[in-house]
Amino acid sequence: MPELKKNMRLLISQNIGFTAATIILVVLWLLYNFLHPRGFSSAVLIQNTNESVAIVFVAIAQTLPVLLGGLDLSVGAVMTLANCVASVLVSGTPFQIILGMMITLLTGTAFGLLNGLVVVYGRIQPIIATLATGSIAIGLALFIRPQPGGDVDGDLGWALTNDLYELVATYGWWDADAGWFAPISWFPVPLLIILVISFGIWIPFKRTITGRTVYAIGSSESAAFMSGLPIDRAKLAAFTLAGFFAACGGLYLAIQTSSGNADISQAGSYTLNSIAAVVLGGTSLLGGIGGAIGSLVGALLLRLLAFYFRILSIDPLLQPLIEGVVLLVAVSLGALRTLQTKNRLRLFR
Amino acid sequence: MNNITTLFSSEDKPILIASGFIVVILLIGTAYTLATQGTMPLLTANYLMLQLQSGAFLGIAAAGIMVVILLGHIDLSIPWTMTAAAMMATTVGSELAIPTGIAVGLAVGVINGLGVGYLRVPSMIFTLGLDSAMRGLMVAHTGGYAPADQATPLMRYLASGDFLGIPMSLCVWTAVSVIIFLILRKTTFGKSIYATGNKEAAAYLSGIRTRRVILGAFVVSGVCAALAGVLLAGYSAKAYQGMGNPFLLPAIAAVVLGGTHILGGKGRYVGTLVGVILIVLLNSVLSIMQMPEAGRQIIYGTVIICMLLVYGRGQKISS
Repeated sequence: MPELKKNMRLLISQNIGFTAATIILVVLWLLYNFLHPRGFSSAVLIQNTNESVAIVFVAIAQTLPVLLGGLDLSVGAVMTLANCVASVLVSGTPFQIILGMMITLLTGTAFGLLNGLVVVYGRIQPIIATLATGSIAIGLALFIRPQPGGDVDGDLGWALTNDLYELVATYGWWDADAGWFAPISWFPVPLLIILVISFGIWIPFKRTITGRTVYAIGSSESAAFMSGLPIDRAKLAAFTLAGFFAACGGLYLAIQTSSGNADISQAGSYTLNSIAAVVLGGTSLLGGIGGAIGSLVGALLLRLLAFYFRILSIDPLLQPLIEGVVLLVAVSLGALRTLQTKNRLRLFR
Repeated sequence: MNNITTLFSSEDKPILIASGFIVVILLIGTAYTLATQGTMPLLTANYLMLQLQSGAFLGIAAAGIMVVILLGHIDLSIPWTMTAAAMMATTVGSELAIPTGIAVGLAVGVINGLGVGYLRVPSMIFTLGLDSAMRGLMVAHTGGYAPADQATPLMRYLASGDFLGIPMSLCVWTAVSVIIFLILRKTTFGKSIYATGNKEAAAYLSGIRTRRVILGAFVVSGVCAALAGVLLAGYSAKAYQGMGNPFLLPAIAAVVLGGTHILGGKGRYVGTLVGVILIVLLNSVLSIMQMPEAGRQIIYGTVIICMLLVYGRGQKISS
């Protein structure tokens, strides 16, 4: 038992940023629900998670390149590309819908792989390589959908943006009013999607050699190389997974809004918000520290902040100001430790 | 053989290739206009002068961000520094307009420099946060609409007037270029920037006050962005929301295409000039060809990737 306690303490002290972000998220979320007139209801939770899915996936996508010590400036653009592909393909018979969703996810994944190839074999710095490929992704998205719009299957949109009850009732898998189903039928589908995809892919990936190598490269690429770790494979995997997660965000956005929109400035703000979410979630921009679950928490924190504006009826014009100040204060508080450092040489990487 | 390698050092290669590419762009554009209209407006002095005039805003912003990139940092607050400077300048008006705009840039630079240099927050996130905060301030200041205030006559003259047939904005760009060039080449501050960008610990141990160097570089970047914003407001006669947004990524691309290493420590100002001209001409030729936005974005991205594949490749990790 003391062994376990010690492990816990170690785990928390090693993930101090993540722990702090999680605690703040929980506290703010509870407070939000107390203040909300319909707080702690399934409807509020559904609405909140619905509006968070896209940014959560884009933030998770951003995490992998950041862990490498790089940055992916194309995540917002890849999400937009997937969004536009989905707005064309996700309709028709159930078979066509599933095929359309697979093609959408495949498009994003392939684009992520392309990023990886440019970075690994082209040996171009990730930040500048993805700046360029992001532009290509937006161009492709504009080709597919010059005007916003689309035709995404309505049933699917309804089923995936509500609670489990509606999902089951829409497709008639079983009697949605069944007694055994009642305790979980309130659970929001978007939240389920986030949790299943992020935990289901991230945790197994993190435990593979490739996943560990991503962390090792972020800590010291030379050391990782000298230890014989598969550097190229890890980088390719990281960028490919980033493309996949970004495509998940784009696909969900298409289903939620039943349309696609190749909006350059929207893509840009998703990319920048993803960086903010990654940092708020405790991942270091220098690489090697952090994780996708942290980014999930960071993205939810960013969204929750926006939700507060509604219930407190703060002028929405002030929203970017407060978001910016919160971000600045959060990162500066984290950096205050550096002022106590006795040996200033440690400050320089 | 030896002569050739000493003649073209590794830093010259990107500049030469980028210059060559500018010629290629002009030739392709001219071939297009010859084929469709039978004229070649691209090679007239008038056209080139017009391009340089409208490229001056990007050029000035890129000059500032280059100084920060040389340190291995980045300044993502360019867009709203430009917008905030322009809006404050038009709001204040009269003779104080331009000094007010520049002061905004100075303040932004100091805050960025304190955050990045002294608090050691990664520049990527600190400048991003400040950008967002300024966007909020400006939106709150204007109520989310384009402010009704007009640019002052001096701002308009500097942006779209001309002096002895040479556009004034080009003169301003030239002046900024000379100053930045001299700072980087001839001053201790300039040399400290290269040293800090190469290896901050080594620079610190050789007695360079690296934190002040970082602060100074961000001030240069902020002031340049503010100047670009003030001129842009003069060019379009007023300030408007998001006017700086289309400048950030092209400015970074121009700096990198000019051979400056994105991780810092290496790069020459002439390269940035060439990079800006390349991007401006590329955009212009694509719009002459009536390329839709989609095609432009794809060509734009492909050009950057291809050029970097030629000369921007990093070392393979081998130890």
